[in-house]
Amino acid sequence: MAAQGTIRERARDIVEEFGLFDDWMGKYEYLIEIGQGLPPLDPLYKTEAYRIHGCQAQVWVRPEMKNGLVFYEGDSDALITKGLVALLIRVLSGQPPQDVVETSLEFLDEIGMQDHLSATRRNGLASMVRQLKRFAQVHSNKT
Amino acid sequence: MHATGAIQDIPGKFDPAQVRDQFPALRREVYGKPLVYLDNAASSQKPQAVIDRLIRYYSSEHSNVHRGVHFLSREATDAYEAARKRAADFLHAPSESAVLYTRGATEGINLVASSFGPLHVGQGDVVLVSHMEHHSNIVPWQMLCEAQGARVRAIPVSDTGEIIYEEFERLLGERVRLLAIGHVSNALGTINPLQSMIRQAHELGIPVVVDGAQAAPHMKIDVQALDCDFYALSSHKMFGPTGVGILYAKPEHLKAMGPWQGGGDMIETVTFEQTTYNEPPHKFEAGTPNIADVLAFAEAIDFLEGIGQDRIAAYERDLLDYATERLLQIEGVRLVGTATEKASVLSFLIGDIHPYDAGTILDRLGIAVRTGHHCAQPLMRRFGIPGTVRASFALYNTFDEADALAAGVRRVREMLG
Repeated sequence: MAAQGTIRERARDIVEEFGLFDDWMGKYEYLIEIGQGLPPLDPLYKTEAYRIHGCQAQVWVRPEMKNGLVFYEGDSDALITKGLVALLIRVLSGQPPQDVVETSLEFLDEIGMQDHLSATRRNGLASMVRQLKRFAQVHSNKT
Repeated sequence: MHATGAIQDIPGKFDPAQVRDQFPALRREVYGKPLVYLDNAASSQKPQAVIDRLIRYYSSEHSNVHRGVHFLSREATDAYEAARKRAADFLHAPSESAVLYTRGATEGINLVASSFGPLHVGQGDVVLVSHMEHHSNIVPWQMLCEAQGARVRAIPVSDTGEIIYEEFERLLGERVRLLAIGHVSNALGTINPLQSMIRQAHELGIPVVVDGAQAAPHMKIDVQALDCDFYALSSHKMFGPTGVGILYAKPEHLKAMGPWQGGGDMIETVTFEQTTYNEPPHKFEAGTPNIADVLAFAEAIDFLEGIGQDRIAAYERDLLDYATERLLQIEGVRLVGTATEKASVLSFLIGDIHPYDAGTILDRLGIAVRTGHHCAQPLMRRFGIPGTVRASFALYNTFDEADALAAGVRRVREMLG
């Protein structure tokens, strides 16, 4: 699962992939497919400690530091949310923490998923991003 | 028993197209598709007459009420109190003084819990609610009970989403000092058998608070026939503005209850030693009220009564039956809430598809539904589900929109099933 490339490069790949679909339906179907491909999180970690709040669906993300890089794994009981989790993990997992802290994730805009970032969408994507960055922030200060 | 009926009085067939024309928001498109607005249990759209009333008031009639001797103030006061009369008539309340303006049903229930609750509920007593209540008819009572050393108990609900009546009767005998019950369930659409519940509660001297937020847009309400002690509703669910509602209270209760909030308008005389209070309803309306929205709310009442609540109820029942039938034709669709007596609401699940996923796809198709727990978490737990997809209809929804919903649900199944 550990993809190659910087955040920017990985995001560009995603934008390219989504660009193959003309309409929202194709894009959502692809997002759902990406979600289905995300390896499930070990039930052991589906606990309050890893739960992301502010979401109608249940979402968990588990961060981890390895060799100075941040790694994330996650899951959700809703497929669209799981697809979004998968996209974030694909872009951010295995990156230097400082890069995660500084990234703006514009690619979500470019693939037509920007409205999922708004705080009023109850999918918790905004709080998910906050959470991922918070973990990276803590560790970027240490390095 | 319920407010449908009287169909023989309907002059001609109800035409939702004519009604729709009066709602500018319904002409909108979302994502380039015509808006199919099926989130009426959360809030309804507004007819032009209501919007115009707000503009007229702020354009030329605005002044504070109950204060000035000048022309504008008197005019505003007259209109404000005339609106109260309209609201009283709408509920068939015995007098205007039994009708308080609030911010909405939630505030009405909180007012009763704060000012009436402590007079009736003491240490070891029980406030009885049902398992299908909206949080706003649970939490105020929990707050009251916490302060009084009392507790909230809930009447269980059957698999069809109806009150288990024998359980209600049994629980009534257990130190219940107050019954708080929804007229129509926001999450399931169940119409509760209020008439008999209120009668039985009264036989034991138990006052009854009705959360009428979901009933008012769909049926005729008669607080004297119901004989309820309190009835709370919200304007914004019945085609009026947000931020205003009505609390009906039996006059004898209003006399006994202490004031709720202190401030201007609710007083008779103020000295630093002692303040005496105004008569109801003004005793419960401190500060400058929401004048504009009250006036526009009266316009919404005119709109509803102009069409006729019996006609509305009859049309909506046909529409709900049709939409139910259409949804049940789709493989994997499971209704949550199949009570015999229902209004407006179609709560459902599509196979194992998460309601959030379904709602997101329906949204992209231009169909506005609500997903989640609908502010009724205990009820969702009762059914062992995280939430539902809820389509809720109003008088301006059409059979074509029910078809659009069914087509949307099929699309959801294709994409996610």
